[in-house]
Amino acid sequence: MTEAAATAQASVAEPGAEIGLGNRLRARWHALPETHRAAISLGVIVVVSILLYFIDHALAYGLLTIGAVYWIFRLPRLPYRLAAEAGLVLVFLIAGPRSLAALLAIGFALSWVPPRHRDYTYAGVALLLTVFYPFYAGKMFTVPIFGVFPDVATGVYMLVFIMMAVGLNIVVGYAGLLDLGYVAFYAMGAYTAAWFASEQFPHRTWHFGAVGIDPHLAGIHVSIWLLLPLAGMIAALAGIAIGLPTLRLRGDYLAIVTLGFGEILPQIARNGDSLFGFNLTNGPNGITPLDSPGFGHGVSNATGGFLPANYLQCCNAKILGHQIQSTDVFFWTAVGLLLFTVFCSLRLQYSRLGRAWIAIREDETAAAAMGIPLMRTKTWAYAAGAFFGGIAGAYYGVFKSATFPGDFFFNISVFILCMVILGGMGNVWGVMVGAAFLAYLNQEGLANTGAWLNANIHVGGWRPNIDVPLYASGIYGVILIAVMLFRPEGLIPSRRRAAEFHEGVHDQPLYDIEHDEAYIQRDEAYIDPQGAET
Amino acid sequence: MAADASAPSLAERIPRPSLSSAIGLVFVAVLVLWLIKNFTVSPSSFIQVSLIGLTTGCLYALVALGYTLVYGILELINFANGDVFMLGGMFAITYSTHFFNLHPGQGPVIVPILIVTLVLVMLSCGAINATIERVAYRPLRGAPRLAPLITAIGASFIIQDIGLIFWGPNYVPAPSVFPTSSVFNIGGVNFTWNMLIVFLFTIPVLLVLLYLVQRTRQGKAMRATAQDMDASAMMGIDVNRTISFTFVIAGALAGAAGFLYAFYVTAVRFDQGFQLGLIAFTAAVLGGIGNLPGAVLGAVLIGLIQAWNEGLPWHAPGSDWTQSIVFSILILILVFRPEGLLGERTPEGG
Repeated sequence: MTEAAATAQASVAEPGAEIGLGNRLRARWHALPETHRAAISLGVIVVVSILLYFIDHALAYGLLTIGAVYWIFRLPRLPYRLAAEAGLVLVFLIAGPRSLAALLAIGFALSWVPPRHRDYTYAGVALLLTVFYPFYAGKMFTVPIFGVFPDVATGVYMLVFIMMAVGLNIVVGYAGLLDLGYVAFYAMGAYTAAWFASEQFPHRTWHFGAVGIDPHLAGIHVSIWLLLPLAGMIAALAGIAIGLPTLRLRGDYLAIVTLGFGEILPQIARNGDSLFGFNLTNGPNGITPLDSPGFGHGVSNATGGFLPANYLQCCNAKILGHQIQSTDVFFWTAVGLLLFTVFCSLRLQYSRLGRAWIAIREDETAAAAMGIPLMRTKTWAYAAGAFFGGIAGAYYGVFKSATFPGDFFFNISVFILCMVILGGMGNVWGVMVGAAFLAYLNQEGLANTGAWLNANIHVGGWRPNIDVPLYASGIYGVILIAVMLFRPEGLIPSRRRAAEFHEGVHDQPLYDIEHDEAYIQRDEAYIDPQGAET
Repeated sequence: MAADASAPSLAERIPRPSLSSAIGLVFVAVLVLWLIKNFTVSPSSFIQVSLIGLTTGCLYALVALGYTLVYGILELINFANGDVFMLGGMFAITYSTHFFNLHPGQGPVIVPILIVTLVLVMLSCGAINATIERVAYRPLRGAPRLAPLITAIGASFIIQDIGLIFWGPNYVPAPSVFPTSSVFNIGGVNFTWNMLIVFLFTIPVLLVLLYLVQRTRQGKAMRATAQDMDASAMMGIDVNRTISFTFVIAGALAGAAGFLYAFYVTAVRFDQGFQLGLIAFTAAVLGGIGNLPGAVLGAVLIGLIQAWNEGLPWHAPGSDWTQSIVFSILILILVFRPEGLLGERTPEGG
């Protein structure tokens, strides 16, 4: 606080500083010895924490923890750092929330993994933490401001949106085509599931592999496991149908055409309760309920109840003292689908097709000159992106057991786009992090934060009474603009995309599309912060 | 691929029969037959609906001009333009009722109040639009074209939320001060004063705008910047100032449209701008984006189509389908005739 005041005073006193006050302060700060810096910043953290203590106790503890973790990671010598880590973990093990101690221990352990093993260790630990999430979700500590950890149903929502973001990343991140109507594929998938696994068409009765329902129930009932790929394929076909006539348009026209499709499809869904007298979509009331997935009694008995006969009537099993619920099974299935999506996405990225996408993104003319068939390659990007959007939509429809036209507004398209951009276009890991965070914010985070704000902020007698989730789209707007202005490559960028944004695509064309060592070295030269203009 | 996008020669301009043009002709023919049938069913309601369509078209034209001006100079779809229009409507209501205590039945004093309100609204919206350009588009002048498009969406969402914060989630009513008595009433066709006011306002604005762009020094600078930014900078044109000026004009037009809309429809809601903006953008594309008369023509056509769709008695799809129809037109135009009806005036061509 005092520092901020000093900064304000100094900026009044010396308005014409040449290098810029921020830079000069930063330079002076870095000139201090490491120990002094540690002492000063720890002091500031302690003072701020004491001040925060009067607003919210948890916030003060949280800030202290973050400061401690930061300085532990900055500690140079092995024994000191190890001791500090053990000490911090011990503090939380004895005094504080045990779950935080466990999380810190995992984090510290990961930091000792040698760099060349990092990628798959991190991925593996993240996967394990995700898979076991239903077991410990209820026992986690309360995060300051954000509140409790998301529950498992929110987890399913997050996984579905991560899947969609990874799918959209193929179109926007890999191929560089702006798609503002991605929600259309989501809707396509959801309605495919709804048509083939509900009582929407009561005049035809056809059962094919459906489990857990009365075998004489009217309507079409197809096994969900067949419907998921079917929904993906129908969405992909729709993607091709949309793409073939429109993909020869240049970028911003393409964006507007996709936006148009994204607006038309929900309207058809909304008005589709009497298309020439035929009830296709049940209009604004939506289609509900949908069948739920399952493996049938035969498989279930054969595996000793490990694979549930039907997700909704699940489960009697109790593992590690945790009663397995149907939400948990939906969660694990979503993890499986997401793994499949990520696997496909990564394999596509380095395939011949993926390299062609990158080439088109960077310079369409050069790519065409190199013999890349533009239309076919772009259409494949559309189809691939739509495929995963369709699967995600179908799965989410089945999970909610309902499909409403109101779920497919333009906002959702921008929301998914925001995930891709925040995380880092083109980098699957970044997109996943961005999507998880934003999906959490949308489902629980904004409401929690708003509740915290309204409860804890008061100036004199004034208290804010803000309905934060109401302003969600404006918050995404701020994120979009802020990311584009200050870090256009996203929080966790792919190196290549970062170079494109900073160097411009046309000034220095990157001709080799192999992701080889020579390329990476040259790339590092591009984004070397110390180096002068290359 | 399309490297030879230069002006087509005379031989290329002679229409060759192709599948897409045949489909287009059939489509237009069906539309015309449908209109004729409707006309014979009830001529008076047809003309009445068409008059409403023309009025709506005038409103769309003002917004569409904003899109087309900005697209012509920066090749950027300024998604926020529709939301600036919404703000214009909100400003018009707030300024007139809060500052000048406007209410129906005041007598002739409403005329100066409305004029002052209009000027204030246009200034505010122009300033807001220029601010958006300064904050969200100018720093990205050299970035890939995706980047400003994304910030445009962000700006649009932010402005919607500003509307939501200050004016709430419900319709904001405007005092109905435009007289709704009829100017003339011939055989059931009722032409009302509020329609006439929209016409009387829009047409001079369009003429002034055309004069500004085609005859003045500033207009010349705008056209030069649209053709080649670097070259015009070398010729001594302050490119940034010219672009800011364009945004001010576009914002002022959107504000004027918002003003007219607020008093013509007498209610504005925070999220109406985005939808109307997309419709106006469709109008700009239909006429040929970057082309000022084209935007007006497209807007009038879209206004007519919307009114016919919503008001005609014989087999009209109805207002539930307006959006789908407008966007289908947009997609068809972009796919089959990306240069629009009157031709596009951007360097890249179709």
